[in-house]
Amino acid sequence: MSEVLLDVKGLKKYFTTKRGLLHAVDDVTFTIEKGKTLGVVGESGCGKSTTGRAILRLHEPTGGQVLFEGQDVAKLNATELRHKRKEMQIIFQDPFSSLNPRKTVSQTIEEPLKLHKLIPDKQKRLEKVLETMETVGLAERYINTYPHELDGGRRQRIGIARALALDPKFIVCDEPVSALDVSIQAQILNLMNEIQEQRGLTYMFITHDLSVVNHFSDDIAVMYLGKLIEKAPSEVLFANPVHPYTQALLSAIPLPKLGARKERILLKGEITSPINPAPVCRFANRCQYATDRCRSEEPQLKEIETGHFVSCFLCE
Amino acid sequence: MSDKKYAVEVNDLVVEFKTDEGIVHALNGMDLKVENGKTLGLVGETGAGKTTTALSILRLIPSPPGKIVGGQIKLAGEDLFSKTEDEMRKIRGKAVSMIFQDPMTSLNPVLTVEEQIAEVIELHEDINHAGAIQKAKEMLELVGIPGERGTEFPHQFSGGMKQRVVIAIALACNPTLLIADEPTTALDVTIQAQVLDMMRGLRDKYGTSMIMITHDLGIVAEICDTVAIVYGGRVVEYGTLEDVYNNTRHPYTEGLFNSLPNLDDRAAKLKPIRGLMPDPTNLPEGCTFCDRCDYATEICKTVKPKRVYRNEEHYVECHLYDEESVKTGGKIGK
Amino acid sequence: MSENKNVATVDVAKKYKKKSQTADIVKRLFRNKSAVLGMIIFLCIIVIALSADFLFDYEQDVIKQDIMNRLQGPSSEHWFGTDEMGRDIFARVLYGAKYSLKIGFSASIVSLAIGLVIGAVAGYYGGWIDMVVMRIMDVLLAIPGTLLAIAIVASLGSSVNNLIIAMSVSGIPGFARIVRSSVLTVKDNEYIEAARAIGATDRTIIFGHVLPNGMAPLIVQATLRVASVILSTAGLSFLGLGVPAPHPEWGALLTNARSYIRDYSYMCLFPGLAIMTTILSLNLFGDGLRDALDPKQK
Repeated sequence: MSEVLLDVKGLKKYFTTKRGLLHAVDDVTFTIEKGKTLGVVGESGCGKSTTGRAILRLHEPTGGQVLFEGQDVAKLNATELRHKRKEMQIIFQDPFSSLNPRKTVSQTIEEPLKLHKLIPDKQKRLEKVLETMETVGLAERYINTYPHELDGGRRQRIGIARALALDPKFIVCDEPVSALDVSIQAQILNLMNEIQEQRGLTYMFITHDLSVVNHFSDDIAVMYLGKLIEKAPSEVLFANPVHPYTQALLSAIPLPKLGARKERILLKGEITSPINPAPVCRFANRCQYATDRCRSEEPQLKEIETGHFVSCFLCE
Repeated sequence: MSDKKYAVEVNDLVVEFKTDEGIVHALNGMDLKVENGKTLGLVGETGAGKTTTALSILRLIPSPPGKIVGGQIKLAGEDLFSKTEDEMRKIRGKAVSMIFQDPMTSLNPVLTVEEQIAEVIELHEDINHAGAIQKAKEMLELVGIPGERGTEFPHQFSGGMKQRVVIAIALACNPTLLIADEPTTALDVTIQAQVLDMMRGLRDKYGTSMIMITHDLGIVAEICDTVAIVYGGRVVEYGTLEDVYNNTRHPYTEGLFNSLPNLDDRAAKLKPIRGLMPDPTNLPEGCTFCDRCDYATEICKTVKPKRVYRNEEHYVECHLYDEESVKTGGKIGK
Repeated sequence: MSENKNVATVDVAKKYKKKSQTADIVKRLFRNKSAVLGMIIFLCIIVIALSADFLFDYEQDVIKQDIMNRLQGPSSEHWFGTDEMGRDIFARVLYGAKYSLKIGFSASIVSLAIGLVIGAVAGYYGGWIDMVVMRIMDVLLAIPGTLLAIAIVASLGSSVNNLIIAMSVSGIPGFARIVRSSVLTVKDNEYIEAARAIGATDRTIIFGHVLPNGMAPLIVQATLRVASVILSTAGLSFLGLGVPAPHPEWGALLTNARSYIRDYSYMCLFPGLAIMTTILSLNLFGDGLRDALDPKQK
């Protein structure tokens, strides 16, 4: 067994809305081992991004524990948290809105170093910026350009460089390639893979693209309306999905191959509202196997084989 | 070959946009045709000219800065550029209709959905308001939304439902050609599957010809009959799905396939296409792809490649092939 | 980290000079002909206002009465004619520019500074702070600006400084609202979240990220505010609450001239023209600036 870097226990994030309490993340529990990648998949509004942000405390968690190397991040005060940020970073989805348009490439990359007063010497700091730019494959001639002069792929590289500048141990990647073209997407994925190998980084990789997550992750967690409904090693999840929602999700991927069309599970029914949800299975409305029990009781996450967790009454 | 009827034919279309940075060469001799009742997939990256092609067919290129410099578009055999603006208005929404990418912004938030569908019907058909509303409700049923929900406003619908409404509007006048510009990109995978399934059903039922603009080769494999790979404002490879997927010829097409993660083989390393799209204000003299191509030779830099046919339909524009080698081809690189 | 490498990094930073964003804005501004016209006119007015002291002697030419020469039409000696006290209107209009610009600029800068802080705090922190601060601003906005200024001047007495105070106060809510809304827009961008993620403090975020990106509408508003303060001051002086006589403020000149408008219309014409030209040039310039600063035009 390798070492556990991040241990999330019963993480909750509720938002107060006009119509009631929105359960964006509800009692989510998982671990990520050091140097591994956990892929988190789910559809828009399932709480995957909120989970990532609650771990970093960009959103204050409503409840639960986030143990990073055994220390509860949720309990840190403002100063301790600022220091912890050196170890936990985030890469954002949108390469356009995630960069300050009035800062040059070098200003953006050196900002974290300045904030933490890591390299007081200006000269050395510039060296570090250049070194980081080289790591992410940005030619040094871009050092003084502004984001709007660059394309999406290069901007995303700046975002990655900013996260790497502090030499973090853990990075939340929030859909880092969804906004990019296919050919650029592959470049960035390869880059992130290389960096992980070189530095032994741990990733939490949030995406809605199942083929990307399969390629990239060691383990995959599937979320549905704030709940973690299934988690397993990637091969296991793709070979043997147990939760009916995971099955539907996997069957819905359009494959770029002829004659590869599988039997598709088309979901029917309305999506349950995540505002003040009843304590029942949240997928029951769209599930073809739903029984009365699913509509009156909430299933719990159970380990059905080593490393394979499912939250469904079917597998009991 | 010649007795085939085409819903739309685009020949050698050249479109330019004037900007501060220079002239953007959006389309440089775009060719495509869609046979009646068939679906063409238009595949390419951002800026390849997919949407410009679609807007040209509707003659909706904003001018200025846009300008159609040359070429011809024939809609059901009739020249589109000789039509007056009045005639074009009758064509848009009736003969040709378009589905835009973002269902959230293509509906009017202050009108009920049935009124929005009825509006198109009233514009193009001789029908009173009550009749149009009735037909609007039928259209909603057709796309899988209960007719009584027609009196609701767009914000009361989910993303997938909104896209269904947009499709209902597009299909309301039974168009001969439907242009769908990334219709499912903004939707979740399971919802995308539902919408694609529905579109396929409706297309088959009404024999609508379709142009499916997408960057997703998976969607093309599911819904299209022929596919055109667009790069730098030109079609670089065109053929049936069978031709392009199983007998890939162009290095760019190959690159696109290699960039996709393989679901069956997790360990396979992605092979991205190196570099970036060429600057559309300053396109290379020769092949537009040569800067990023692993097989590029001297000739690629200076001479535009000619079109080589592998069979009646399947062609490729690449110096790697001549009349003979394109047939045997097999894998790229001989 | 040898010395060689040190030299190399300096070279890199120097070699790839950054393109100035200000230069871009100036370039776009200069492409707009009416903005350039507005700017030139306004610069001329500033130069005239600054040179007033060298051209005329305040005691002798501007406020000293000369009954012998009262109410003379424009001539080579008195370009704009003289008023009912025989004072040279040209000199008075020139000195008037000094007063008007001083009040216009000072009041705008004060409202800008206070409005900036209030709006930034309200927009960035939101919640009850936003609620309380903005309701106070709403109350201020509900009182017509001129009326508010009248009330302030009436209670403090009319002097140039009190006028500036009055004009500043009535300008604050406008600035606060603009700052708040641009902070709200900028705040939603992911780079703000990114700044928090790398450990930036609220102060760094507000001054390093939020405000620099929300400045454009503010600069435009400030330009236009100068114009509206000049106009309001003229209005107040016209009502007798502005700069006290015999100081030559444009509005005061107009009030004076009002009684002679039938027979000596030139007395109204020149101060009126001065006000109009100034406001027009500022508005032209402000509009051009708005277009130049708008990144959507790129």
